[in-house]
Amino acid sequence: MTFGLPATGAPGAAGVTWLGSLALLSSLALLGSLALLLPGSALAQLNLSGEWTGRYHEDTDDRVPGDVQGDFTGVPLNDAARRYAEAFDVTRVAVLEHQCQPYNMPHIYRGPLQFRMWEEKDPANQDIIAYRQYIGTYMQSRTIWMDGRPHPPGHAPHTHMGFSTGRWNGDILTVYTTHIKKEFYRRSGIPSSDLTTVVEHYIRRGNLLSHVMIITDPVYLSEPYVLSQEFVLMERGNTNWLYNCEYVMEVPMDKNDVPHYLPGANPFITDFSEKFGLPFEAVIGGAEAMYPEYMPRIEALINEQAR
Amino acid sequence: MRRSRLIAAGIAAGIAASIVALPAAAQSRIESYHVKGNVWLLAGAASNVAVQIGDDGVLVVDTGGRESQAAVLEAVRELSDKPIRWIINTHAHADHTSGNETLSQAGITVNGNPAAIVAHENVLGRMAQEERPVSEWPLNTFFESQRDFYFNGEAIFLYHIPSAHTDGDILVYFRGSDVLVTGDLFVTTHFPVVDLDAGGGIDGFIAGLNKALEITVPAFLQEGGTYVIPGHGRIGDEADVVSYRDMALFVRDRVRHMIEAGMSLDEVLAAKPSLDYDPRYANDEWTTEMFVESVYRSLRD
Repeated sequence: MTFGLPATGAPGAAGVTWLGSLALLSSLALLGSLALLLPGSALAQLNLSGEWTGRYHEDTDDRVPGDVQGDFTGVPLNDAARRYAEAFDVTRVAVLEHQCQPYNMPHIYRGPLQFRMWEEKDPANQDIIAYRQYIGTYMQSRTIWMDGRPHPPGHAPHTHMGFSTGRWNGDILTVYTTHIKKEFYRRSGIPSSDLTTVVEHYIRRGNLLSHVMIITDPVYLSEPYVLSQEFVLMERGNTNWLYNCEYVMEVPMDKNDVPHYLPGANPFITDFSEKFGLPFEAVIGGAEAMYPEYMPRIEALINEQAR
Repeated sequence: MRRSRLIAAGIAAGIAASIVALPAAAQSRIESYHVKGNVWLLAGAASNVAVQIGDDGVLVVDTGGRESQAAVLEAVRELSDKPIRWIINTHAHADHTSGNETLSQAGITVNGNPAAIVAHENVLGRMAQEERPVSEWPLNTFFESQRDFYFNGEAIFLYHIPSAHTDGDILVYFRGSDVLVTGDLFVTTHFPVVDLDAGGGIDGFIAGLNKALEITVPAFLQEGGTYVIPGHGRIGDEADVVSYRDMALFVRDRVRHMIEAGMSLDEVLAAKPSLDYDPRYANDEWTTEMFVESVYRSLRD
């Protein structure tokens, strides 16, 4: 059994290459913004229920083994995020209160994961009240409300999964999430803030599910951060493990000490740059360094280094 | 130094603004939100107000600003028609205590007096020094590091945190409901206000946040569990206090390092030691410069 291209005639397959492109992502970003403004229907056009597992042909090093220290490429980080990442010491995970912290909603879909998705329907009219997700990596549960309820007030608590509402836009399920806890976009210390909001699109074609996220963070991103992931429908149940995290003092240290580097003192900040021979300016360049127009600048920097 | 005086004046003005003035729209509507167990949050006053309700009556932690006192009382009355028995002040600032008289007079103790106002004795000293009306004073004070009592079926702990936001800060913990009320030791809206003129200090501030972390216990996946009502902003939990503690600690350590390197206040400000948190916590009432100078002065003086 192969899980390759979507089956012929599968919804959404016609006229669209299954591998996402920048143009598609840009269109989806616009679509996402518009979709929030348009009326939607609670009637599902596609069935998203099932056990889904990730494919990691994109961004494998980042998503599975983990990024190299000092990898800030591809993220539209701003000066505040640069400073945060510069000060970040990975041994912070040894602090009691940090040990059991899971990934938050926009981060978890970038890791190795399988998730189960199912519908909750109103028995009286079969309208979909909500989609539920169980994400295996940290045993996280998530609800996407489809019944038109408002998001909680600003003074309500935040969670790692946030509060999500969704609506169908043609064959695309579009989801809007607020009230997300502060965490990271990358394990190397690129932070996300608690003011982050996310628009997602779930696009099913046969047994493939494209998941697109458009992340907005007024604290740490200079522009929306667009990411896509592919998932495959599993024929058998998933193989999630149990996450029975228990925080304990693992190393002798002051329990109120929080490891961090003073400005300019992080010895690992250029690890990625050195490993791949990239100019550090390009690695930490943020949005400016993300697009093809930046290539001449990289070449110029490399030539300068060579001299 | 002239700049220092200007910034010091700014600090005072900022504190005053945060204490007294909020836009009228923010005063017009109080929203109640059930936090957990017996405890509710009243949001929309000049500061957050926590309300514990039960068979014994009503207990209120902080009473908001002068403009919102009637609306706060009305919101309390919507939650419970039981008598207001206790009022607790987390510190002396007027945005947390200006409703004292209104709520106290609307309440009654079991012996027939207006509802008792409880605070650390330094709060009474500050309010007397500021010539606040006697009817707003907390006359039920304590000087120990901790006080506790039982009300509405649960133990309530008051922990004094010396020299933090002010010299009279207390954390209020509802053990049965598992809700911690922090006053301005933890907020989600701005940088820590280290009110040096009222006996505050950055080291004490961080110690207070660490004390809060001793009390809070997270549920599964480091979220929920003990809920935390901040002095301003949204409800948090241990993870939120951790983020705020980390920020205060990082900025303190950076400023201390710069002082040890012989840098002047102007040089410290130019180095932007709080840059990674400026977009999140700086605002017009308590700017980055005010915060960094307060940390600098707290460590240097």
